[in-house]
Amino acid sequence: MKKTFSILSAVMTFWMLTAIPHAALADAKPAASIPAADLIQPAELAATLQKTTASKPLILQVGFRMLYDQAHIPGAEYAGPGNNADGLKVLRDRVAKLPKDAAIVIYCGCCPWSRCPNIAAAYDTLHELGFSKLKVMYVADNFGTDWVDKGYPATKSE
Amino acid sequence: MRMRSNGMSRWIVAATMLLLCVVADAKKTGDVAPDFSRADLAGKSIKLADYRGKLVLLNFWATWCGPCREEMPAFSNWQLEYGATGLQIIGVSMDDDATEVKAFLAKHPVVYPIVMGDAKLGESFGGVLGLPTSYLIDPHGRIVARFQGENQVEKMEAKIKSLLLKP
Repeated sequence: MKKTFSILSAVMTFWMLTAIPHAALADAKPAASIPAADLIQPAELAATLQKTTASKPLILQVGFRMLYDQAHIPGAEYAGPGNNADGLKVLRDRVAKLPKDAAIVIYCGCCPWSRCPNIAAAYDTLHELGFSKLKVMYVADNFGTDWVDKGYPATKSE
Repeated sequence: MRMRSNGMSRWIVAATMLLLCVVADAKKTGDVAPDFSRADLAGKSIKLADYRGKLVLLNFWATWCGPCREEMPAFSNWQLEYGATGLQIIGVSMDDDATEVKAFLAKHPVVYPIVMGDAKLGESFGGVLGLPTSYLIDPHGRIVARFQGENQVEKMEAKIKSLLLKP
């Protein structure tokens, strides 16, 4: 009886440690749902920002505050996170007075692109609001690897 | 006058570049891991330097990070399996709010301590600019490996096992 209980206990412990996190926490809408035509590569955005003559888009980081505070594109504003209603309200409020043809670039870079919980919801929000010059920076791995480590300009919050 | 203006422009460009380069490089293999001290979610004081003599896996994670959540059961298993031979896992949550972390851990408990991180702690490691990110720190306090992104569990375990075998 005691042995049976021990085995049962071990099985339960293993199940608790392995099964629940996968089953209970569904991932958000995938970034792959964003049309390829609306993506911009980091190199392209960095080149645009370096041009002194080009008009600069409004850049919004729609990820998490702690990542924004550590490093973000100079001039980028924080407007997130896109994975919850409060964060999307911040985003809506920020663009509320902008003309629908305003150039906007959003990015996150918290996680690998296919696992980002923020970017698709933020894109959908702005798309549904009718912004016609909306681009999403494609961050394959994360902001550190795909922007900072490439030597593109970055700054941190004061 | 033009020369002076050019000199001034160069100075402004250089100053701007310096200003924009404030984001330090991530800590790499061979660097001494920055020490930190803070209370874990159970209220126990955790100081990284106190774990000298152990092999430490310092895991930066967050509740919103799918790949992070998937790694955690393996970490608990490793703590149980390798803890007696010198492994210590420490989780650093990069969530903005401890409430969400506590709620998550109540449903999905782990057997190793979790502390709350912040931008300052991330910056001390040269910036934790993507999750999951883990540092393996040897018994002398030096970083021996850095793992970032998903699907790193097998690599991590192989490295841990190889280091635990060394006398």
